[in-house]
Amino acid sequence: MSTSVTVAMMRLSETQRLITGKAAPLGDLARAIRRLNIDGPLFVGILLISALGLVVLYSAVGENMRLLVNQVVRLGIALVAMLIMAQLSPDFLRRWTPWGFLGGLVLLVLVLTIGEVSQGARRWLNVGIRFQPSEIMKLAVPMMAAWYLHDRQIPPRFGQLMLIALMIFVPTVLIARQPDLGTALLIAASGIIVIVLAGLPIRLMVVLAVLAIPGALVLWNFMQDYQKQRVLTLLDPDTDPLGAGYNIIQSKIAIGSGGLFGKGWTNGSQAQLEFLPERDTDFIFAVMGEELGLLGVLALIVLYVFVIGRGLYIAIQAPDTYSRLLAGSISLTFFVYVFVNTAMVTGLVPVVGVPLPLVSFGGTSMVTLLAGFGILMSIQSHRKLLPH
Amino acid sequence: MDLLSPIKDHHSERRLFIARVAMTSIIGFLLLSTVIARLVQLQVFDHEVFAAQSQGNRVRIEAVPPIRGLVFDREGRVLAENLPAYQLELIPEQVADIDDTLQRLAALGLIEVDDIAGFKDLSESGPRFKPVTLKLRLSEEEIANFAIQRPRFPGVDFQPRLVRHYPNGKAIAHAVGYVGALSKNDLARLDSSSYAGTAHTGKTGVENSFEPYLHGDVGYRHIVSNALGRQIPTDSRDMADSLPNDESSAPGQNVYLSLDLDLQLLATKALEGRRGAVVAIDPWSGEILAMVSAPSFDPDLFAVGMTTAQYAELQNDLGQPLFNRAIRGAYPPGSTIKPMLALAALDTGATNPMRRSICRGFFMLPNTTHRYRDWKPEGHGEVDLHDAITQSCDVYFYELSGDIGIDNMHTYLDKFGLGQATGIDVSGEHPGVNPSRDWKRAAFTERADQRWFHGETVNNSIGQGYMLTTPLQLANAAAALATRGTRFEPHLVAAVEDAVTGQRTLTAPRRLADVGINDQSYWDTVIGAMHDVMQNVRGTAYATGRGAKYEMAGKSGTAQVFSVAQEDEYDEEEIEERLRDHALFIAFAPVDNPRIAVAVVVENGSSGSRVAAPIARAIMDEHLGYGGDDAP
Repeated sequence: MSTSVTVAMMRLSETQRLITGKAAPLGDLARAIRRLNIDGPLFVGILLISALGLVVLYSAVGENMRLLVNQVVRLGIALVAMLIMAQLSPDFLRRWTPWGFLGGLVLLVLVLTIGEVSQGARRWLNVGIRFQPSEIMKLAVPMMAAWYLHDRQIPPRFGQLMLIALMIFVPTVLIARQPDLGTALLIAASGIIVIVLAGLPIRLMVVLAVLAIPGALVLWNFMQDYQKQRVLTLLDPDTDPLGAGYNIIQSKIAIGSGGLFGKGWTNGSQAQLEFLPERDTDFIFAVMGEELGLLGVLALIVLYVFVIGRGLYIAIQAPDTYSRLLAGSISLTFFVYVFVNTAMVTGLVPVVGVPLPLVSFGGTSMVTLLAGFGILMSIQSHRKLLPH
Repeated sequence: MDLLSPIKDHHSERRLFIARVAMTSIIGFLLLSTVIARLVQLQVFDHEVFAAQSQGNRVRIEAVPPIRGLVFDREGRVLAENLPAYQLELIPEQVADIDDTLQRLAALGLIEVDDIAGFKDLSESGPRFKPVTLKLRLSEEEIANFAIQRPRFPGVDFQPRLVRHYPNGKAIAHAVGYVGALSKNDLARLDSSSYAGTAHTGKTGVENSFEPYLHGDVGYRHIVSNALGRQIPTDSRDMADSLPNDESSAPGQNVYLSLDLDLQLLATKALEGRRGAVVAIDPWSGEILAMVSAPSFDPDLFAVGMTTAQYAELQNDLGQPLFNRAIRGAYPPGSTIKPMLALAALDTGATNPMRRSICRGFFMLPNTTHRYRDWKPEGHGEVDLHDAITQSCDVYFYELSGDIGIDNMHTYLDKFGLGQATGIDVSGEHPGVNPSRDWKRAAFTERADQRWFHGETVNNSIGQGYMLTTPLQLANAAAALATRGTRFEPHLVAAVEDAVTGQRTLTAPRRLADVGINDQSYWDTVIGAMHDVMQNVRGTAYATGRGAKYEMAGKSGTAQVFSVAQEDEYDEEEIEERLRDHALFIAFAPVDNPRIAVAVVVENGSSGSRVAAPIARAIMDEHLGYGGDDAP
């Protein structure tokens, strides 16, 4: 009785301190964050990118407050997903990994049979809630690869590599058949990153790179016409200035005309006058380049590098193979997102539908992204609690 | 098996992992460096190129059409103006169900049911935000009706714009002409860049020939627009800062015609219900005081745009209202050329004022039996040149014709401008025919047809046969009689006025070669006879000239209609009416100080003196200030 009263009084006084708190209870905040298993630097980096992203997005959606609020709500949901993942210990995640992977495969098969068709692609599944199972695989594939390697000596042997390759190949093909080539390639990349981090022999990498040339030819034959067109227009966008090359040309004009300091927020003529297509999604980086200039774009890249660097730091600090590989893969996949999108918008690689992480309008991928960061936080925070 | 591999070397695994993270980081760093290098290339080194491209992207040049110049009569009364009219427009993107909306507009009578399909196509073809014009000019009643119904038609509204309007359209239609929608042919002829944004151009009359003056200079406006061409209001954004300067349009010049609207209205009224033309000219300048062709039409129909049915009606009208008889109608001049032939006969010595003939009502060439009949079957008895003009004795001229000869006739009539384009400042003039031996040789291909017969000279002496003249030529010839041989090029435009500065440029009268008959006694004889035509009891037009408070001179003409071949489907009455002679009259006044010369042609009017002469008298009365109650 008296104990509980004391506890209640303590809590009351704590709360009072938090509310009135003249003495800036930073220690309390840090404690609260730690209790929620949040990694401070990573969290701050994510919040800064998201904040900058919302500022750019507000301009990119034509100062449409409704769409901005929409995005804020999505960000909130994604942050909740991050918090939940951060609470799940890496051991718990590892134990459930094979089941999650198998479940994801089943859902992918279901998508191909009973999925909803939208814009010529079968990507959505509607079982009470409507979602893309491929999003699950973005995390499930690297988790599965890491799970497999967890108890084994790395670097893995050739037979083991083949098995992991199969684990990556099957979901990749299933997603590519939806068709969703962009996501399929990113998922394959996240799995391959696990193998590379696990010590894939350099010689084998070189051999694979050489084999990639005939492989690319085979892939070419499997590509849809619009995908082939994207590759061709990348090589020479001016051949089709009003068709397939239009996006790249307008995007380059937008970025180039921005110059060092940009035309000013909400003043980008390319973006505001709708010359720039998909300005709020895949090409939002061009809006930023036009309105905030090279300096604004570099600021964003610095923030990305900070977040990726923190993720790799967490990976290096991780106590076991599963955590290490998973954290490394999540961090580097995030890098792949950033690179592919920025390289695409600046005309360095073909236009593949990859959004700029945490900035582009759209919710589904953001939830997966922040869930991944949640795993990173879990790995970082649970490490300290574990008596190693 | 692997699963049972006994020892995991955690230390080496961690080292391997760190090495791999380092390796991938280096790769990542290199990749990111490529992107940054690319950004620097685009935003620093190629910045100016792209900045110029983005500028060109967003700025669209839009033409600002000039305001068309006005047309006034000699007193400054408006003949053609630009009125704000309300047009009905539909903005496709704001209309939920275009078909339903059009159907309901048709039910209100605002559009034709037949046009619905066309409007639907139009609203689906262009940009969705671009308005489609449903009706060009709404009446006040229609505006009021629609205003009540407007809430039921979201996306449909009326918009003001300028439409050409001719306040006295019917009276000036042929002289002023009209504007109509720009056609592909027009654009091939005109400088298309200066017509960007203009929907109409002058099609006929002064509107056509003075198009370069009336049109004005197109202006340009730089507008910020998006990729779809939708205009973005520049004031709401600070993007307008670096826009190039706009160039405003310059209005077209105002055109002052020499026409007198009162004369136009009078002549139009006089010709009502008839087919014919009236042309009045100031003999000492060539200024055209009146130019009317009947029947006429409402030129507003062309400016506003008419339905296919309306246009077909105009086209198929037997009276040919679109046909400008004043300059395009070629008629045998009949006896109206007798004064000129009399001068030719005097000047060539073929006759003298003393010479007398006995008119028995017909004339026969030697050794032939064909009788060339006088209009008066019983004959005029003994006549001299004066009588032959005053009473219009044909036999006197028949007898004279051989002595003058066809080539002299041609030469003298040519000096009066007959059978050739007058050079009036509107296009479409018919040259007419002033026959000669040379003309016949050129006009016919068969050798037998190319020969000139003496009988044809006889016919030509009373303005029949091959001879064809336009009312304008006759009026100008009458003017040359009035001035005793001084000739001017007829023109409609008296002055052009800069609409901005108000500075006027007057049209200088353009003098043509004199007729070249220098013996004033010949002129005295002929003009005296023409005076007596109207003001001597024995004159053919005495009934018309009687009681005038000024001295006038005139000559009647009645021309046979020899061909109605193409008109074989008409009923009996119509044929009969169309077989009647054309009535012609030329006149000028006052005799000793001529201020007006007139030519009147009334198709199938039977008698020049009875039908055409009173119209000429009324025109002269009005011009000389004896109009109104004094008019006969």
